Amino acid sequence: MAPVSLQSVSKVYANGVKAVDSVSLSIADGEFVVLVGPSGCGKSTTLRMIAGLEEISAGSLLVGGARMNDVPARNRNMAMVFQNYALYPHLDVRRNMAFGLERRRTHGSVIKAVLSPSYRAARAAEQQAIDTRVTAAAATLGIQSLLQRKPRELSGGQRQRVAVGRALVRDPVAFLFDEPLSNLDAKLRGEMRTELRLLHQRLRATMVYVTHDQEEAMSLADRLVVMKDGVVQQVGTPSEVYGHPANRFVAGFVGTPSMNFIQGSIEAAGVFRWGGGALQLPPTRWTGLSGWHGKPVELGIRPDQIRVGTGSCKGRVITVENYGDRMDVVIESGGRRITSRLPTASIREGSETTFEPMLDAAHLFDPSAAGATLA
Amino acid sequence: MNLRGAARSLALLPLVLGGAALLFPLWWMVVVSLETPERAGAAITGGTGLTLWPPSPQWQNYPQALREMGGAEPWVGFTNALANSVVITVLVLIGTVLSSSLVGYAFARVRFRGREGLFVVMLGTMMLPGQVTIIPLFLLFRSLGWIDSLLPLAVPAFFGNAFFIFMYRQFIAQLPESLFEAARIDGYGHLGIWLRIILPLCKPVNAICAVFTFVAVWNDFLGPLVYLHSDEQATLAVALNSFRNQYGGLEDVHLLMAASLVTMVPCILLFLAAQRQFVEGLSQGAVKG
Repeated sequence: MAPVSLQSVSKVYANGVKAVDSVSLSIADGEFVVLVGPSGCGKSTTLRMIAGLEEISAGSLLVGGARMNDVPARNRNMAMVFQNYALYPHLDVRRNMAFGLERRRTHGSVIKAVLSPSYRAARAAEQQAIDTRVTAAAATLGIQSLLQRKPRELSGGQRQRVAVGRALVRDPVAFLFDEPLSNLDAKLRGEMRTELRLLHQRLRATMVYVTHDQEEAMSLADRLVVMKDGVVQQVGTPSEVYGHPANRFVAGFVGTPSMNFIQGSIEAAGVFRWGGGALQLPPTRWTGLSGWHGKPVELGIRPDQIRVGTGSCKGRVITVENYGDRMDVVIESGGRRITSRLPTASIREGSETTFEPMLDAAHLFDPSAAGATLA
Repeated sequence: MNLRGAARSLALLPLVLGGAALLFPLWWMVVVSLETPERAGAAITGGTGLTLWPPSPQWQNYPQALREMGGAEPWVGFTNALANSVVITVLVLIGTVLSSSLVGYAFARVRFRGREGLFVVMLGTMMLPGQVTIIPLFLLFRSLGWIDSLLPLAVPAFFGNAFFIFMYRQFIAQLPESLFEAARIDGYGHLGIWLRIILPLCKPVNAICAVFTFVAVWNDFLGPLVYLHSDEQATLAVALNSFRNQYGGLEDVHLLMAASLVTMVPCILLFLAAQRQFVEGLSQGAVKG
């Protein structure tokens, strides 16, 4: 295993499209880092540059301190799990898992094996070692009974396990995952998430994982890298990114349901005025924002920080999504839709209600395109 | 017979007629090959009609035909021609499959400057009639000292065939890119990917390539006639010509038909063996997106 470091790495395609713009990132040895962002944000391209499947247009990639920009993918000793599994259809599960190891063996020549008994013995011992590793990896993933099957005879979840197993049998410097769970159903996805997390705990391997699913990212990552338009927006632990988003994009992307954004302005003494009325911000939220008085700002508040049935804001309940243990209530107020996440309560769609944002946990954002966090 | 049965029979009628038309030459060959010399000669000149099956089948025509084929010594002409045909066909088959799949892979998956232009040029060579290149190729092979050897017939196969390169390229291009990327991550270069991934996955194209090449080379008359001069180097297709007399006429048409039928057998067997792969391959483009 080895640390991976990207230094101002960019990717510009021949048609001039800049897919990744000066990404700098240090991934520690044994760390589980998740690159997350919407489609087209450059996360997969970044991963593919680490793997060696895409050329790096500018910047440096260091693995274990060595510059890897010009090292072909086959010599980087990375293991990768693909979105569509990429299992070799003509090989059974055992051969699929052993495929990379067979390439790396030192006694690979069949001709020499025929001609020299000692070479033949060494080759057989090597084959034995490969079989042992494949069997051990299969046992770890619970796929021993599938070793003789072809990929077409497997379900989606089984194929996913084989793909992980193919990476596992190797002793790579880093594991790379490119949206490996996106083709699975929700239940299986949840199970595989737990297994990947356990796998990481057991191996303590460097893992770089790409997903567009922020929930998956939050549940797996030691550290999250949130990307948009080829640019890293924020790097931090899931708690940091959730609790202290760097900008409006990160705040809106992370968390389910999404953060509520309310446009308004700050008046003197920390009053936030919007279409639904006025809210008194606590001093911790508006101190230092004297330059923004009278100017438009955006207030962000997470759905679980909005109480319903109390407070001074008024609105009408337009939908209630009941999940059994909790419910998401959408309230229309001041021309905006505000989502609140509550424990179950008896709230009827169409009823008038009051609500109260817990402003201690609110964020204020610059309403311009950059959307920087003000407080 | 009910109405549905009658409609089905009516629908089958064109198929039966078409099948009969296609089988007619084969039937004619079989019947003539089993006739006496007199009846066979009369059938050729139109002196007498053929019956559906010969009144007294002359099965000895078959060993006689092979014994007398292509030379003075019994059996030697046939065994020589058979060996030459087998050697040339196997070499051309191996050469065509290996070179065409390798070039097809390069056109489909290896990025290099001028790839598209070269592909168009390669396709352009398909428009060139083979006869146009006979004289330049003959001069080239003569300057290499290859005339009257098997080399002019076998070596060009190792430089690819435009039609099969096109087929391989189309087939390989529709395989998922991630398969190649996974193989690269697993440590394989282009040659390793071609050998370990492409060739096994191209089984339907390999089958088409093998069947087409086998039939074309096994039955090729012009190539061996131009490049091979001695009787020892003759292939089966050329050796069959020994049944014609010096004026180009046919005296032993029953023997020619018997020998021709024997030379057809490997083609029929190969087609039957590869039929499943072959049909799969032909429909490949139609069912894959």
